[in-house]
Amino acid sequence: MVQALQYFFSGITVGSVYAIVAIGFNIIYSATGVLNFAQGEFVMLGGMVAITLASFLPVPVAVAVAVAIVTLFGCGLELVFFRRLRSHSILHMIIITIGLSIVIQELALHVWDEKVRSLPYFTGNEASSVKLLGAALSPQVIWVLGTAAIVVALLQLFYKRTLYGRAMRACSSNPEAAMLVGINTGNMRTAAFGLSAGLGALAGCVISPISMTHYEMGPGLAIKGFAAAVLGGLGNPMAAVVGGLMVGLIEAFSVSVIPSAFKDVAAFAILLAMLFLRPHGLFGRPSGVSVREV
Amino acid sequence: MNTTTRIWPRLAAFAAAAIVIQLSLGAAGKVYYLTQLTMAVYYAIVVMGLSLLMGYAGQVSLGHGAFFAIGGYTSAFLTTHNMAGCRGAAWFDLLDKCGVIVSRKSLYDDTLVLTVAPWLAFIVAVLLTVVIAAVIGYPSLRLRGHYLAMATLGFGLIIHCILIGSPVLGAADGITGVPSLSVGGLAVSGKSAVRVQNYYIAWAVAIAVLVLLRNLVESRMGRALRAIHDSEAAASAMGVNTPKLKLEVLMVSAALAAMAGSLLAHYNEGIGPSESSSFKSVRYLALVAAGGMANLEGALVVSTLLVFLSLRGWFGTYDNAVFGIILIAIVALAPQGPFRQLGLRMNRCRPLYKPGKEARSGAS
Repeated sequence: MVQALQYFFSGITVGSVYAIVAIGFNIIYSATGVLNFAQGEFVMLGGMVAITLASFLPVPVAVAVAVAIVTLFGCGLELVFFRRLRSHSILHMIIITIGLSIVIQELALHVWDEKVRSLPYFTGNEASSVKLLGAALSPQVIWVLGTAAIVVALLQLFYKRTLYGRAMRACSSNPEAAMLVGINTGNMRTAAFGLSAGLGALAGCVISPISMTHYEMGPGLAIKGFAAAVLGGLGNPMAAVVGGLMVGLIEAFSVSVIPSAFKDVAAFAILLAMLFLRPHGLFGRPSGVSVREV
Repeated sequence: MNTTTRIWPRLAAFAAAAIVIQLSLGAAGKVYYLTQLTMAVYYAIVVMGLSLLMGYAGQVSLGHGAFFAIGGYTSAFLTTHNMAGCRGAAWFDLLDKCGVIVSRKSLYDDTLVLTVAPWLAFIVAVLLTVVIAAVIGYPSLRLRGHYLAMATLGFGLIIHCILIGSPVLGAADGITGVPSLSVGGLAVSGKSAVRVQNYYIAWAVAIAVLVLLRNLVESRMGRALRAIHDSEAAASAMGVNTPKLKLEVLMVSAALAAMAGSLLAHYNEGIGPSESSSFKSVRYLALVAAGGMANLEGALVVSTLLVFLSLRGWFGTYDNAVFGIILIAIVALAPQGPFRQLGLRMNRCRPLYKPGKEARSGAS
């Protein structure tokens, strides 16, 4: 029982990181229609930058600055590549994100080398633990879960209550109509990239003490985040939270069935099964296909 | 415009270039360059296959490194795994009776090594890869959009994990000691005695693949593919069975990757897990883009050249970054490929309209 609880907590911990990556996917996907293959790289960059800054800054400041830097980086990517290439097809934009993913990884390899790094624990250290319902947890787990919960709540508020958030939703549901009512859709896309990158960076910082930061961690995270996004229904940021937690839990419990070296297979199996059975996600409704080329 | 009739001069040009390169390298005393060139030509087969999928069907695959590795590993495993211990088992005797078991002496001692015949291993490798590609492709290609890219990325990561984590496949070291593949007196082998011969075998295979794909693209299927690429909805409305067609193209493309993987495993006498890494898959994408997306000859030329330079170590430690940058630069600046751009420039110098031509075509 205690062991099951232990699995459960490890599942929702990684699951909440997948959830944030999945939200990031959805933000960019709904704003631009592009599947951003460099999504995992934002997480890696967030962790790496924070680790570098943490050597001479207190950890909270380092995390905040890292998130800000990666947010700007995300905006920069949109401005440099995607804004100029509005006339390109979605296929070309996706290919560009694939190239970006590789170039960012190589850059990280040359800037930071191939060592596995990690931020210090936000509170306590590796040895300290908190008892919760009989399971022993690292205090960092609480940090991860808390951060994810706050992020989701704030995003919800942002999307539902603020003008800016509503404008962003308007852009994703109908860009032409949004433009007609005076929304600057180009800026909204830039903001979407920034928001998505910043969220990824934050996830990269809070998870770094537990699962370490490595220049090659991006694609693996991206594919799990994507599985989570498809599970929830692509384009639906909040359903992605449930998707992420489910991917995390399935992965954690799969360790008791298959060798842990192959636990990545679980996420992929979910992805393929979802594409087979319910490509519109667990919560989505199958929608009619518009003839307009997106 | 009838491109099918124009393919023969191009093939002759390729063959002539291959011969000129071989002769001049021989004259310059740099025959060892042929080894990397041969490898580069095999990699070009993967790129041509991917060009069919990306350029003509408009689908991105990040699993071609994995398809290549599955082909190579299947061949390598079947032709090195000693089945001497299985003698007496009914299935083994049946295989032996069919003549598909070959025996040789171990390299290290005099023990007998019984393995599957390389030609059969080759066929199994290609078929296995095609089946796997179908399993991945079926769910993701039924949907509109670019699900295949993500599915194949995940697939590639998993194959990479499995190859590194399986001691029976040599884990991080891969499989070595793969025998040569000989068919009718010709042997795909890395021995320096047959280097020149192998160089021409590789070109022959590549040109055969080029002709095959060329015919495919000029056929009814190719026209349907281009219709899908331009507008899937319109193609479906015209009665093109888009999911089926895209799946078939993926299978052809994966088969070519597996074929190259298998041949290269025989040529290099081994294969390692790095072949399945996502860097390799992205490299193939970059080469397709650099060749001009829907341009099979471009893919063959550019990928042979760039892979050759990469194998010679020209790009140093920035090897993967170079291909990433090529990919971004080409797709961002010249999505039709560098040649199209160049061709347009050159055409600008010539008069585009010849008087009288329109009148004739207008009348018909």
